Amino acid sequence: MLPPRPKRPWDRTPPSERDYFDVLGEGLVVHRVPLRSKGPERGFSPPSAWIHIAPDGRIRAFTGKVEVGQGTRTALSLAVAEELRVPLERVELVMGDTDLCPWDMGTFGSRSMPDALPALREVAATARAALIERASMAAGGSGTPGEAVDGEVRPPGRSRGTPYAELVRGRREVVPVGPTPPLTRAEDWRVAGHPALDPHARDVVTGRRTFVSDLRLPAMHWGAILRPPRIGARLVRVDGARAEARPGVRFVREGEFAGVVAPSPFEARAALADVEAEWEESPQPREDEAEAFLRAHPRNGDGWEVRSDSDGDPDGILAHADRSIEVTYRTAYIAHVPLETRTAVAEWTGPRLTVWVGTQTPFRARDHVAEALGLAVEDVRVIVPYTGSGFGGKHGGDVSLAAARLARAAGAPVAVTFSREEEFRFGYFRPMALIDVRAAVNRDGRLAAWVFHNVNAGSAGLGSPYRVRDYRIDNELSVSPLPQGAYRSLAANTNNFAREVAIDELAGLAEIDPLAFRERNLEDERLLAVLRSAAERAGWSGWVRSAGRGHGLAVGLEKEGRVATVAEVSVGADRSVHVDRLVTAFEAGAIVHPENLRNQVEGAAMMAIGGALFESIHFRDGRILNPRLSQYRVPRFSDLPELDTILIDRKDLPPVGGGETPMIAVAPAIANAIFDASGIRRRALPLLVDGKLPRR
Amino acid sequence: MAGKGAGGRAARGVRLTVNGEPVTVSGSPERHLLEALRVDLGRTGTKYGCGEGECGACTVLVDGTPTPACQVPIRELQGADVRTIEGMATGDRLNPAQQAFVETGAFQCGFCTPGMVVRATALLDRNPDPSEADIREALEPHLCRCGANARIVRAVRRASEIARGDRMRGP
Ligand code: FES
Ligand code: FES
Repeated sequence: MLPPRPKRPWDRTPPSERDYFDVLGEGLVVHRVPLRSKGPERGFSPPSAWIHIAPDGRIRAFTGKVEVGQGTRTALSLAVAEELRVPLERVELVMGDTDLCPWDMGTFGSRSMPDALPALREVAATARAALIERASMAAGGSGTPGEAVDGEVRPPGRSRGTPYAELVRGRREVVPVGPTPPLTRAEDWRVAGHPALDPHARDVVTGRRTFVSDLRLPAMHWGAILRPPRIGARLVRVDGARAEARPGVRFVREGEFAGVVAPSPFEARAALADVEAEWEESPQPREDEAEAFLRAHPRNGDGWEVRSDSDGDPDGILAHADRSIEVTYRTAYIAHVPLETRTAVAEWTGPRLTVWVGTQTPFRARDHVAEALGLAVEDVRVIVPYTGSGFGGKHGGDVSLAAARLARAAGAPVAVTFSREEEFRFGYFRPMALIDVRAAVNRDGRLAAWVFHNVNAGSAGLGSPYRVRDYRIDNELSVSPLPQGAYRSLAANTNNFAREVAIDELAGLAEIDPLAFRERNLEDERLLAVLRSAAERAGWSGWVRSAGRGHGLAVGLEKEGRVATVAEVSVGADRSVHVDRLVTAFEAGAIVHPENLRNQVEGAAMMAIGGALFESIHFRDGRILNPRLSQYRVPRFSDLPELDTILIDRKDLPPVGGGETPMIAVAPAIANAIFDASGIRRRALPLLVDGKLPRR
Repeated sequence: MAGKGAGGRAARGVRLTVNGEPVTVSGSPERHLLEALRVDLGRTGTKYGCGEGECGACTVLVDGTPTPACQVPIRELQGADVRTIEGMATGDRLNPAQQAFVETGAFQCGFCTPGMVVRATALLDRNPDPSEADIREALEPHLCRCGANARIVRAVRRASEIARGDRMRGP
């Protein structure tokens, strides 16, 4: 089961001491060594990558990023295939294995394209150059060097050459990436940037793709975790005797952690029900007082960024403005609901631990588990197999740690899979937030003052793309009544919702069409380009203002991607709302994998409809009141609008991420369309209450 | 039957066929088909997403009818004919729904795909030329959290073309 293991994880071994060939066999390795790399690798940049070309023709490239459904496996493989001049199917990408892959902070924040892609391109391009050089040396070293084509190096003017496999035979050679790797310009791409299918699609449609929850190890047992009745409860007393009386069941307690191990999931659940526990509970904020609670309980950053920026005298202008708004926008806690629930499988081999887990942060999970169990980091290996989506919900190492504890006590491999209810109750949420906006417009439809302050949303997307001289933007963080954390596009969603609805309100005050108003106040040409192409495709012609139908638009500039969305909605006589069409124009630099990018844009739109219209976590006394899919509504086929997606390919710009930014203009575009259709200005997400548009 | 209760043992086990192969499932008769498939029989293509019939990830055919395997206790399956995603292809030959999902790239993480393929296969058996509305209605019990929904609808439409083409060409 276990893939080969190096003596020490390579990210924790100085580059010159890595046992690449003992693990991968002979051949050629090219690695990108971060400058000043002494001990373990750390930090956002410079990111690392390596590649191994074997004498049997196998090509393996290594990255610390993981694939949780966002399609980077194929996208990054395309870039490697491009630089190496091989078909896509030849590239094996090893992702998220902490023993074999370069250290990585985690797969979030749309960093796979800006970080992993350049590193992989550089190692692949350097490998190509090294292979060409080996070929000309073998030919005596004189004359013009050959050309790499289709997995072989061909001498000038020849149609046959030497396969890479042959060129690396008998070698154990490591080549570092130099200062100027021979990268292929995006304009010249023949593999990357062109239509491609996932080479492993057959496995998906036949049920053979092995997701984390599908792993089966010999003698594997099943774990279940004892759960507190509500948030903030502490374990006072626990008795597992009755559970352990069941055949094959083991009860485990380590500090606050308690759980059971059994031969099957059914038996594990039954045994857990037999564990007697006493909890000390403490009062928790109520949902209807949560907003006041957020304002009253500021918190220090603990890793979350606080930003502030200002210029001029926005308060002075606002004091005398005759066209101004002063409003608060709100967002609810929402859940990620990845279709595969959190899962980990842990196996001990002596003192060394391997955990297969669906996490977006394998290296962080490794550190977390090692620290909690008092192990050397080198003795913990975390591997991320195919994972049934994440959306920012699968950070950290909790499920890994639980599986590791249970496996250690049981003396056998143990799988822990969250039930859907556990996923809701013991994960974390996209934060509830308040955004206070005060702004004014001039008579000529220009933004005159902009004051934007958010409570508990986070800092991404705080900065505004609209030109204004007098402004103040800042954010503060709060103690959260519910556990909160990352989410696809996190704060950019929230901040962009508030900003783009406010802009619509200001356009209304200025009595200017919202498209014209944005054109007048935006300055970023790339953002204007997506705005115009979305508006044109949607046939934008000003507000509709007809009963029951409306359209709205919104833009967003985030993580160097530019997006514009036009929403068309209908509002029924019963105040139900349906999104009929979403037109999205998106630009993310040069496009590496067009089909996947389109898939991401469509998926982001679909997912955003849920947060826009109906998703909301309800709670009381520290209990989640809707922890099931029958109670927490996510988008279904009946919600699917017509999706019209325009991708703008800027081959002259570096590729940036596409999984998050396409989402951020959807909710405000829908809110603005609802206003157009109904005259009702909604300033809170979700826009609907109990599935209907409230009267105000 | 009910007398055995949860946790009781099915003395001789429940006999059924899975993808044409006779199998016997023992253990508590209250356990659901989903766990029997995924754990006892090692057929992990059928997925768990919710355990309450809301997501469709566990969809299998029970006597030809698309059914959420998480909702069926094994005690109800004596003699049943169960078909799972592993039984959709004939040897190496993908069925039209599978082929269409590959061709149209109708997934992202792929976790919902087995349930979708089983549903699409059943739909096309019953209705070889479904309208867009028929397709959406058939898929309504299924969630795709990645939001590949538009592609999935397209894939099912494409599958119906492939299936009808196959039928015209003959076996
Ligand atoms: S797991 Fe059966 S419907 Fe969701
Ligand atoms: S492809 Fe991920 S849930 Fe559908």
